[in-house]
Amino acid sequence: MTPKRKWAIAGTAAIIAVFGWMLYGGLDKNVVFFLTPKELLAKGTKGYDVPVRLGGQVRPGSVKWNDQTLELRFALTDGSSEVAVHSKGTPPQMFRDGMGVVLEGRFGRDSVFDATSLMVKHSNEYRAPKAGEKPQEMYRTLIKGSGS
Amino acid sequence: MTAVTIPVALPSSRRWPWFGAFAFLFLITSQALAIITSPADRDMGDLQKIMYVHVPSAWITMLSFFVVLVYSVRYLWQRRENDDLLAASAAEVGATFNGLTLVLGMLWGRPTWGVWWTWDARLTSTLVLFLIFVGYLSLRAFIDEPVRRAQWSAAVGILGAINVPIVYLSVRWWRTLHQVQSSPSTVDPLYVLFLRANAFAFLFVMIYFIRQRYEAARIERDAELAAQAVALGGR
Repeated sequence: MTPKRKWAIAGTAAIIAVFGWMLYGGLDKNVVFFLTPKELLAKGTKGYDVPVRLGGQVRPGSVKWNDQTLELRFALTDGSSEVAVHSKGTPPQMFRDGMGVVLEGRFGRDSVFDATSLMVKHSNEYRAPKAGEKPQEMYRTLIKGSGS
Repeated sequence: MTAVTIPVALPSSRRWPWFGAFAFLFLITSQALAIITSPADRDMGDLQKIMYVHVPSAWITMLSFFVVLVYSVRYLWQRRENDDLLAASAAEVGATFNGLTLVLGMLWGRPTWGVWWTWDARLTSTLVLFLIFVGYLSLRAFIDEPVRRAQWSAAVGILGAINVPIVYLSVRWWRTLHQVQSSPSTVDPLYVLFLRANAFAFLFVMIYFIRQRYEAARIERDAELAAQAVALGGR
C-alpha cells in the first residue's frame, strides 16, 4: 500500500467519522426531538416564546373542541406534569383522548402552549375491532365524540 | 466510424424465470388476501393495510444492505469480481425498496400522524440510508477502472452498513414520532399472519430482482471486457 493511498483511506475514514458524529453523536444531547411537559416547565422563563416541540399524552377528558372557530384546547401530560394547549384547525383524524401527540409551537407567558402544528403519535398496537364495533364509524366520530 | 458487434455469452438460466413468476404470483396473492380479508383496524381503519407494503419494504431495505455488506466483505477477502457485481445489484434493489419505504411511510403518515414528514431520528436515519445507497451507486458510476471501483465501493458498502442498526434502533435510542417496533403481542394475530406472508413475498421479489440485476451486470461486464479486447487487439 502506497503512502498516498494510506492517506486517502485515513482521510475518507475521518470524513465519514465526523459526518456520522454530526448526524448521530450530537443528536442525543443537542437535538432532542421533543420535550416533555416536565422538561418544558423546568426551563422556567427560558421556556417562554421560543419555538419548541412538545410531546406527551392528551389527558383523557380534557379535550374541548369548538367546531365554529375550529379551536382545540386540551391538557398535555407526561404523567407528572401538565401543560395547557391551544391549537387552531382540525386535528388529524387519529386525534382523541389519551392519544400521544407531538406539538410544534411556543409556550406563552400565559402558560398556554400555542401549537402551530399537531402530530399524532401512534402506538405500536394494531387491533381488529371487537364484535359489534364498526371502525369506519368510530373513526368519523372521534372528534365529535370527544366533547364540544 | 463503424459499429462493432461484440458477441457476448449470455448466462442462460432456465429456472430463474419460474422463480420470478412464482415470486410475483405469491406477492399478488398475499397482497390480495391481506387487503380483502383482514379486518380494518379499530383506530385507523383501512389505513392499517399500508402495513403490508411499508413494513416488508423496510425489512427488505435493511436486508439488502446486509447483502451488500456480506458481498463487499467477501470481495475484499477473495477478490472475486462476481462478488462485487452481486453487492452492486443488491445495492440497486435496496435503494429501490428504501425509496419505496420512504414514500409509503409518507403516505401513511399524512392521514395518521397529520404530517407527510418530520425530522425525527427514525425518518432522518432512513433518509440517510437512502443517501448512502445513492452515494454507493453514484460512486460506481464515477470510477471506470473495475478493480478500483470494486475496492472503493466495497469500502463504502461496509462502512455504510453501520447505519442499518442505527435505523433499526433509532426508535429505542431517541424520542421519535415514529412508534417503536411492533411485536406479535401488540398486533392482531390475523395482521401478523398477513404481514409475514407479505414479508416472504417481498423477500422472493428481492431475491429475483437481485438475481436479474446480477445477470445484467455480468452481461455488461463481458461486453466491457470484449470491447477492451477489441480496442487492444485491433481485430
